[in-house]
Amino acid sequence: MNTPHILMCPPDHYGIEYEINPWMSRSCQSDREIAQRQWHDLRTLIEASGAQVSTLDPVPGLPDLVFTANAALIYRRWAVLSHFRHPQRQGEEPYDATWLEQHGFHVQHAPEGVFFEGAGDALFCGDTLFAGYRIRSDARGHQRIGEQLGVRVIPLELVDGYYYHLDTCFCPLAPGRAIYYPAAFDDYGRRVLAELIPELVPVEESEARRFACNAVVIGNVVITNAGCPHLQQQLRSLGFEPRETSLDEFVKSGGSAKCLTLRLDGEEAAAWKLAPDEQRDVVARA
Amino acid sequence: MHRTPGSAPNAPRFCEEVEVRGHIIDSLILPKILDLITGGGGSFRVKDFVVGQARQDPSHALIEVQAPTEELLQQLLAAILDHGAVPTATRDCELVTADMPGAFPEGFYSTTNQRTEVRLSGHWYPVAQQEMDCGIVVDREQRTARCVAMTDVQLGDQLVVGHLGVRVLPETRASDRHMFEFMGSSVSTEKPKGVAIREIARELIRTRAAGGKTLVVGGPAIVHTGSGEHLCRLIRDGFVNVLFAGNALATHDIEQALFGTSLGVRLDQGVSVEAGHEHHLRAINRMRRLGGIRPAVAAGVLNSGIMYECVRNDVDYLLAGSIRDDGPLPDVITDTLVAQREMRRRIEGVKFCLMIATTLHSIAVGNLLPAWVKVVCVDINPSTVIKLGDRGTIQTVGLVTDVEPFLRALVQDVAQLQSGAVH
Repeated sequence: MNTPHILMCPPDHYGIEYEINPWMSRSCQSDREIAQRQWHDLRTLIEASGAQVSTLDPVPGLPDLVFTANAALIYRRWAVLSHFRHPQRQGEEPYDATWLEQHGFHVQHAPEGVFFEGAGDALFCGDTLFAGYRIRSDARGHQRIGEQLGVRVIPLELVDGYYYHLDTCFCPLAPGRAIYYPAAFDDYGRRVLAELIPELVPVEESEARRFACNAVVIGNVVITNAGCPHLQQQLRSLGFEPRETSLDEFVKSGGSAKCLTLRLDGEEAAAWKLAPDEQRDVVARA
Repeated sequence: MHRTPGSAPNAPRFCEEVEVRGHIIDSLILPKILDLITGGGGSFRVKDFVVGQARQDPSHALIEVQAPTEELLQQLLAAILDHGAVPTATRDCELVTADMPGAFPEGFYSTTNQRTEVRLSGHWYPVAQQEMDCGIVVDREQRTARCVAMTDVQLGDQLVVGHLGVRVLPETRASDRHMFEFMGSSVSTEKPKGVAIREIARELIRTRAAGGKTLVVGGPAIVHTGSGEHLCRLIRDGFVNVLFAGNALATHDIEQALFGTSLGVRLDQGVSVEAGHEHHLRAINRMRRLGGIRPAVAAGVLNSGIMYECVRNDVDYLLAGSIRDDGPLPDVITDTLVAQREMRRRIEGVKFCLMIATTLHSIAVGNLLPAWVKVVCVDINPSTVIKLGDRGTIQTVGLVTDVEPFLRALVQDVAQLQSGAVH
């Protein structure tokens, strides 16, 4: 199997310069030095878990470029580029596009007239793309992307502003296995998840607030922010190897481990990476 | 105004069509959207639903969202748009100025007889005077639209071209169509006539009670078969508001009133009389000398028959001519286009139409009627009914039978129903 490959962006220009989610407060600034240290600790842990890390050059004035999960949705060699709901983040789009193009991805733009925030709101579990909508991404955009890629898309409404991206309240661990925070979804969403994911592990509220669901999965290793002991216990009992590292400076912005990474070779739970690399003409479907 | 068809006048409904696509069943997106509509006080109609075959195939649903007020409709639409429902009409209708009278611009929208609406500045407006095979002329300032015949196009009219921003709302089988449900619309000589005629009698009574107009389109066989008196009875009792016919029906009706014959045959004895073949010409001539049917009634010359009853009972009659007419009677409109215009004017308010023993006039009137006017076509020849349906008057209920027994039974049924003898 190929080495897991992850894109990160150093937090050189990271800071809380605007407020676009309930976590962010300009009066509660992040500490640049601590942020730098926490980011490097995460990178070290990822590399120690067997993954290769590539970096995107940070850009002044784009503090959230550090959250590379929101750059795009990766499907085989295609990258469906994000189009951010907030103008403050739309400046990131060309930098994401350039990096992905330069590294061999066929970049597709998000469907016209819709907002789409990449792997932050679109996660494969098995052969199905689970897609969060309402707060950042649009439901109809997900449907169109699903048609373009030829995959089943299950839109899930996000109902709590603190869990504004799907990756803050749902994390596929493997095909058919995921952790989630139930209160971030409505009854329809909970029913759908229960129906479609045989092994669904709920995360308790106090740990969901610590971004327990915003985990990086590399093989059997699951990396989260520090302070999620109950989840760690649950993961161990399921045969995973939980690791933790403090990412509190990024939590101030509403992000954690997963938000700081973009898995370039496909998430562990994505069934398509296990299948032979079909030469599917995705562009022709667009 | 975005009213849907078939709703009662006291319950106006506003509607908009939306499309929902994707894995809308697995994700419960479709039930969620439908729940939002009903939970918000609206209702819906699933107009089309295609379920994806393979696991990765998306499904597709066309849903008409309905609400009692425009405001609530907009609230419901706003609520479901967030869940991926997309209005299908996102553009206004396209208008082109008529560059010549009497002809549409190329690419004109050709109408059906179904209820139609056009979109102007994001809102839907009903098309008035709905008629098949016309164009739609729009008055932007007044926010009105109506069907217009090719020959009636005026220079400068704003006409709809293409199909964008136009929607057709097919008739739903409302509960008040139950008689048609029973009878169906297939033509058969083997259906029980008695039950059908009873239903037609009920419809006549219902229409009169509701203040709607009943239109009778009749051919001369009504007179030839000796059933003129049955029609006279319906007229006298107020069940006929408008009569459309040709020169022949009026001529033979008047011939009978003046000479006791129809095409020279004594209706009471069934025998030809000497020089009887001249009677209809003498009848026409007398009317021409007097200036028409009304003057003849006024002069006391015409004292009985269908046309006499029409004059006496204020039935709005229209006689349209054809190339084979004798005379014709002065009342006959010989300019076909003028006759069509007059017929269009007089079908306003018609709710029920009884077509009896005439092919050409039945088809001509069928072409003018909107699809929500109930039509019963009675003819000894099944092809008349079939032709009506083939030309688009699909709401027609056909009854293949001789005219005289039909009208006799109809008059009896009406009388019995009114006396309360039959329920």
